[in-house]
Amino acid sequence: MTDPILELTGITRRFGPLLANDDISLHLQKGEILALLGENGAGKTTLMNILFGHYAADAGEVRVNGRALPAGQPRAAIAAGVGMVHQHFTLAGNLTVTDNIVIGSESLWRIDSRRKEAKARIRALSQTFGLPVDPDARVGDLSVGERQRVEILKALYRDASILILDEPTAVLAAPEAEQLFRILRGMTAGGLSIIFISHKLHEVMAASDRVTVLRAGRVVAERRTSETSPADLAELMVGRSVTRPKRAAHALGAPVVVARGLSVGEGQGKTLTEVDFEVHQGEILGIVGVSGNGQAVLGQMLSGLARPSAGVLTLEGRDITRLTPREAVRLGMGRVPEDRHAEGTVGDLAVWENAVLERLHEPAFAARGFVRRSAARTHAADLIDRFDIRGAGPDTRTRLVGRQHAKADSGPEPGCPPALSAGQPADPRSGRRRHRRRSCRVAGRACRGRRDPDDFGRPGRGGRPVGPHPGHRQGPSFGAGDGGEGRCPDAGADDGRGLGGA
Amino acid sequence: MRFERREDVSLPALFIAPFAAIAVTLVLCAGLIAMAGVNPLTAYAEMLKGAFGSRLSVTETLTRAVPLMLTGLAAAVAFRARLWNIGGEGQFYIGALVAAGLGHDLVSGLPVPLAIAVLMLASMAAGAALLVGPALMRLRFGIDEVVTTLLLNFIVLLFVGLMVEGPLKDPMAFGWPQSVPVASGLRLPDLVPRSRLHVGLILALVVAALVWLLQARTVFGARTRAAGLNPRAAAFAGVPLTATLVRVAALSGGLAALAGAVEVLGPTGYVTTTMSPGFGYAGIVVAMLAALHPMGVVAAAIFVATVFVGADAMSRATGVPSFIADVIMSVSFLTMLTALLFTTYRLRR
Repeated sequence: MTDPILELTGITRRFGPLLANDDISLHLQKGEILALLGENGAGKTTLMNILFGHYAADAGEVRVNGRALPAGQPRAAIAAGVGMVHQHFTLAGNLTVTDNIVIGSESLWRIDSRRKEAKARIRALSQTFGLPVDPDARVGDLSVGERQRVEILKALYRDASILILDEPTAVLAAPEAEQLFRILRGMTAGGLSIIFISHKLHEVMAASDRVTVLRAGRVVAERRTSETSPADLAELMVGRSVTRPKRAAHALGAPVVVARGLSVGEGQGKTLTEVDFEVHQGEILGIVGVSGNGQAVLGQMLSGLARPSAGVLTLEGRDITRLTPREAVRLGMGRVPEDRHAEGTVGDLAVWENAVLERLHEPAFAARGFVRRSAARTHAADLIDRFDIRGAGPDTRTRLVGRQHAKADSGPEPGCPPALSAGQPADPRSGRRRHRRRSCRVAGRACRGRRDPDDFGRPGRGGRPVGPHPGHRQGPSFGAGDGGEGRCPDAGADDGRGLGGA
Repeated sequence: MRFERREDVSLPALFIAPFAAIAVTLVLCAGLIAMAGVNPLTAYAEMLKGAFGSRLSVTETLTRAVPLMLTGLAAAVAFRARLWNIGGEGQFYIGALVAAGLGHDLVSGLPVPLAIAVLMLASMAAGAALLVGPALMRLRFGIDEVVTTLLLNFIVLLFVGLMVEGPLKDPMAFGWPQSVPVASGLRLPDLVPRSRLHVGLILALVVAALVWLLQARTVFGARTRAAGLNPRAAAFAGVPLTATLVRVAALSGGLAALAGAVEVLGPTGYVTTTMSPGFGYAGIVVAMLAALHPMGVVAAAIFVATVFVGADAMSRATGVPSFIADVIMSVSFLTMLTALLFTTYRLRR
């Protein structure tokens, strides 16, 4: 084996109680595509951020072409030929493609900017690597796939010989993803080396030469892609054998959530046009589409955050077109926001405060305008216990609970809510159960699963759904929550899989 | 070298921060005092003596601390909800103006305690209105309240000028631009005989305790904090953002206006356009030094009052210009911000 172009040895990085990277070593050969596979929170992104100099490692070393990189300096990483394409693009929408690419690589003190040369170079690069994009287009006018090309060109423009792609397909539709992989292949033929980060098995199988699997901050395995299988990788990724959940066939009940002619916005600004759907009792409805096609606003509508400009939405016959978040909580409508970090919890509040935030109007947690702190704490402690939220007490600041915090933000009802809408539950930050769901681009989802309140602990099979029970809101309740995780206690295979596998 | 967010803010660090900030401030300002040709230790000793050296100076310092406590609370309440109320000065003046305008004869028929309460509530309503407007403008149109509240200060001050030169002008004031005085029966009783210290101090302390209770124990307080820290998550959890922020604005504007009313009903008795040496702005410093904690506001207000009262005495004794008080206050603001930065971030290589 030749000397690796990139070598990481003993990288360790700690965030408070969390050991994000634990003595990680890996190497990359010239012209190779290495997939970095792991669940969310396995430490992939942290590792790449260390490699690129966004973070400094507590211990360990990064070597490019045998030379050690100084820690914590993106500039040095760029100079050494490392280019990074972030999951969330770092482009300015109101500038042209050329401007976006050139920014930062020009000397600050030059009076003339060499736009012509820059443009010519961008054209040449996009020709060579098969990344068609108009250098004069405004980035704001480009599609997501095109923007990603601009990001890649940006790295190439800086003479990157190692390209890191963080979840590059997260924003792409399937054909676009395939195209991307073809382009990446072409690049390696041209001498580039690529690391791409993913948690999607089929992509890893399709696009990589070699796979390094991370779990809980450690490298657990390294495989040649040709010598492994998706099942093998899945098992390595989650650390135990994975059985595909079985879903017993069952009859569907009456319609629970019904949407008729839902529209949002007018004319050009229309984000949703006359959407109809029905979700029956015991049914899981998946809504599929590339992001930006209206799922977000549909999810917001089901969460009580947005109102349709036309159309009707009903829950068990009751008109919930003008749903408010509080109303949703009251009706027992479970909601999982798309962005759990930004919307699920208030990171700087204590766990107990988050746990009761959406229920502060209920007498159980507030009396005469005062928060019933002991009741709230007990409730939070109960949730922590029940959902095995490690490293947390009721008074821990929620942010510290780390990637498990989503679980903390609210608890389940003893019975499942009559309806549950979840935005992008397939990539929650926590996810012991995630592997059971096929990850696909499903956005707003309405799942329905109701069960006997006395029977929590057992997945309510569709075969015996139970109607709303007077008691089902007495216990700790769940609200703005995580991706289905623990929404129903031990809801296990049925719900877990159901949520993701639309 | 880079800043990195700490995993947790330690409470002791947060408690030490203001003291560290003040210590650093005094060291930095010692340089300025030395440049004025005076031994800084002498100067600070004179300052302390001026603020606490006699019965009179103690009461004077506390008198000065009363409006600072209230404007400090006003700023702290608003900042907690990430509502940047820079208009404390204007709200202070509008509160003072309403108290003086109505206190002359409008409430003369009422029993004294009731009349005082009515005056204070009327002042608070005016101050609340002055901040609810900018708050709504931000919520509806995204207009930055820092700009609107700051600029409103000047408008209000000009309006007060108009009133004390015009309709409310005191005909007995030999042409000085000051308002008619508040009826003498409506003045707040003295707390210490033969001093300017009045029961407003008790009022401010009670208000501070109530604000603490409101913030730390009530549903409103919990929602306010959530809305301030993460509006999106708060909205998702059903916290009514607009209603919460409007209430915070009303409370904050009302507290700053109460400071003005207490000042008129207490030590001054009438309104002039120079009655506030920047109480509204100093309130921001007080709130920051207190790390937005209502009880900390009380201590921080006493510190700032000490600097102001002490600086005058120091100036008389040593010849260092009393502007040093403004410098100390401003520098302490900057050092406190730095200290707070270090409680949340750490430096890493």
